[in-house]
Amino acid sequence: MFRYYLRLAFRSLKRTPALTGLMIGTVALGIGVFMAALTVYYLMSMNPIPHKSDRLFAVQLDSWDPVEPWDDERPEVPPWELTYADAMALLESTVPARQLAMHKASLVVQPERDEVKPFLEQARVTAGDFFAMFDIEFLYGGTWDRSADIDGNLVAVISEDINEKLFGGEDSVGRTVSLNDRDFRVVGVTRHWNPTPKFYDPNNGAFDEAEQIFVPIGVGRELSLFSSGNTNCWKDEEVVTFEDFMGTECVWWQYWVELETPDQKAAYQSYLDGYVATQKELGRFGRPLNNTLTPVGEWLELRRVVRRDNKVLVGLSFLFLGVCLFNAVGLMLTRFVGKAPQIGVRRALGARKSAVFSQQLIEVGAIGAGGGLLGLAFAWLALQGIKRLFPYYERLAELDFTMVAAAIFAAVATTVVAGLYPAWRVCRVPPAGYLRIQ
Amino acid sequence: MAFDTGPIVRANLRNKTGPMLIAIQIALTLAVLVNAVFIIQQRVEKITRPTGMDVDNIITVQSVGIGDGFDMPSSVREDVAALESIPGVIAATPSQHVPLSGSGWGTEMKASAETDAPRENAVQYFMTEHWMEALGVKLESGRTFAAEDIDYPEQFGEVPDSIIITRAFADALFPDGDAQPGVTLYNGLNDPMTVIGIVEQMHGAWVGWDKLGNVMIVPTVMPIDYIYYLIRTEPGQRDRIMPQVEETLVALNDQRLIKDLKPHAEYKEDSYMGDRGMAILLSVVVGLMMVVTGVGIVGLASFSVRQRVKQIGTRRAVGARRGAIVRYFMLENWLITTAGVLLGTVLAVGVNYWLVVSYELERLNPVYVPVGILALWAIGLLAVAWPARRAAAISPAVATRTI
Repeated sequence: MFRYYLRLAFRSLKRTPALTGLMIGTVALGIGVFMAALTVYYLMSMNPIPHKSDRLFAVQLDSWDPVEPWDDERPEVPPWELTYADAMALLESTVPARQLAMHKASLVVQPERDEVKPFLEQARVTAGDFFAMFDIEFLYGGTWDRSADIDGNLVAVISEDINEKLFGGEDSVGRTVSLNDRDFRVVGVTRHWNPTPKFYDPNNGAFDEAEQIFVPIGVGRELSLFSSGNTNCWKDEEVVTFEDFMGTECVWWQYWVELETPDQKAAYQSYLDGYVATQKELGRFGRPLNNTLTPVGEWLELRRVVRRDNKVLVGLSFLFLGVCLFNAVGLMLTRFVGKAPQIGVRRALGARKSAVFSQQLIEVGAIGAGGGLLGLAFAWLALQGIKRLFPYYERLAELDFTMVAAAIFAAVATTVVAGLYPAWRVCRVPPAGYLRIQ
Repeated sequence: MAFDTGPIVRANLRNKTGPMLIAIQIALTLAVLVNAVFIIQQRVEKITRPTGMDVDNIITVQSVGIGDGFDMPSSVREDVAALESIPGVIAATPSQHVPLSGSGWGTEMKASAETDAPRENAVQYFMTEHWMEALGVKLESGRTFAAEDIDYPEQFGEVPDSIIITRAFADALFPDGDAQPGVTLYNGLNDPMTVIGIVEQMHGAWVGWDKLGNVMIVPTVMPIDYIYYLIRTEPGQRDRIMPQVEETLVALNDQRLIKDLKPHAEYKEDSYMGDRGMAILLSVVVGLMMVVTGVGIVGLASFSVRQRVKQIGTRRAVGARRGAIVRYFMLENWLITTAGVLLGTVLAVGVNYWLVVSYELERLNPVYVPVGILALWAIGLLAVAWPARRAAAISPAVATRTI
């Protein structure tokens, strides 16, 4: 029966090609625009590390200015980053399963191979736990020894891409790479890793590329590496040397911990509060006690990773979809009423209301499916446009399977819902009137 | 002249689904149109506001020293002299960051040495004597730096004697608007700095910051191993001179990387990428929406013409002129559109309320509503013109058929 109805639907759609095209086109436009906006939103708000996101916590301590909050708009939020002194002190804790303090830094890379020119690369000064904590796989070698975080041994982990560039993709463990004019020993090569959003440090753009070189915390001290990310200061302090800078109240270190159980989390929270309490006795931390542990999902919301503009676009494109659907309903009514005589004859020949109704719905569903497919093409086009407008969002403008399925489902579902009324109108056609005209 | 308002309203009330759909569609369109155009207008204003700089004729480039042999102060002096000797170059200055790039160095200054003195944030740039010519910034009062004002310290923490600030920053610190060159500002450690000049206008680092116009220029070359150069060329010479900039710098000293050689305008474009993209995307959505609504009106009007062929024929047969038929459909459409825009005005305010509450967007300027209404009336009348003409072409003879 279904196939028969489908055949009927196609035959009837073919009879009015312009109107059919208009309906499919309208639905497709609405779906295409809405899906494009939704895709960017969906990819922006993706959880980059789902299996661990409730065990990883961003640490914030409110070490900011006693007379002014870090963020005037949201005074309850502590600074995003920590001071050097606090970051180093927290590393002493034995509560978390894993923990790390880190910041971004620019390094000049001078390749051994003459054909590659020296280049500036973003590196991450971090603790050896970084890779295990964020589930980064190694192609060769592994992380550095914990002692490097303290001693500043010149060791480095490089990414697959950098390894390709510097060593032609060979196993480079044990080889030497020159960073900021110092010789570093490569201890590991990571597999490609580029989480979207860049949850672990969204300070300079939540959709920035991940760093390609990783060096131990101790190296940061050894080479006097300032942050190439964000550094924020509130206190007026005399700074002449890098040592001076390390001693300031400036915040420039991101801090993450891995806590496996709620008990562990509670224990760590009280550890933090205890630490800040002792610091308060020393005259630091002039603000009310406000130490937070934020899991990944909440962290991304707190950091407003999804831009307001994107939410506005999703909202407005939804209204646009609404306009398109109302339009499609109007066109369907035109069609259905236009074929009322035919329906009248069918009803007179014995077709039940329910049969007419379901036949109409199948026709509407076919329009929806057509609109969905064409809508996908429109969405793809729109995403190409978005990529050109926002080169920065390149990774966020890709259709994936979920979105394709969602688009087709949404198109069919919304058109069928929209088609309910016209179909109902049509199946109520009184047979007698139309027979008379014949 | 008789208008058929009464019969039209009664006819549409009796068969209300089609007109209602169009009215709802028009209402939604108005709601989106008004809010989107309002947002577009704001973004365009933001992007096109004057920067105070000659952005289109400036070249930027970064120089990063490699190794201990690289001496920034002497390198800067040589580089600037060489860059300024390129024919077509007006002037060049070093700077630790590029204005409008999204990277910058903020600082807080006080209007006097007292602890409770007014304080204000600004972004600071470390530049040399030709900076004003190199950026195309205009001096309002006082003087610019002389070569001997420029410091080349070997370590951090040195405090400059003299600075130049923007009028916006001066007014923020001295709200009476009477700040003149010669006034002294203080940093947090109460080190005094004399304002020797005030410039009309210059934008700083972060285009989303409400204090973008607060800028302070410090006559210092910082002891860091990277620096940018901002090089202003004669109008139209920028792209020709760009490769020469790289050649000149590479020839002077190879103990460094030359990076990010590009027009200053690219930084500006990147900084406004979000705003520009939003404006373009919204324009596309609005454009498509008008088309879809127009098509919807054409569809519905054609349908109602087809349904009323006999009625129209009868009217023509009993003496109605073509003009009367056209007027009938035009008026009918106008009434439906008007119902739509009335509903749409409420919706537009609702959508705006949602945007204001949820996303802290600005409240709608009411002027946009009547403009949107006029636009939709125009679209409605244009869209109905063709079906109405077709209706008018119906022959009176139709009335006599199929009875």
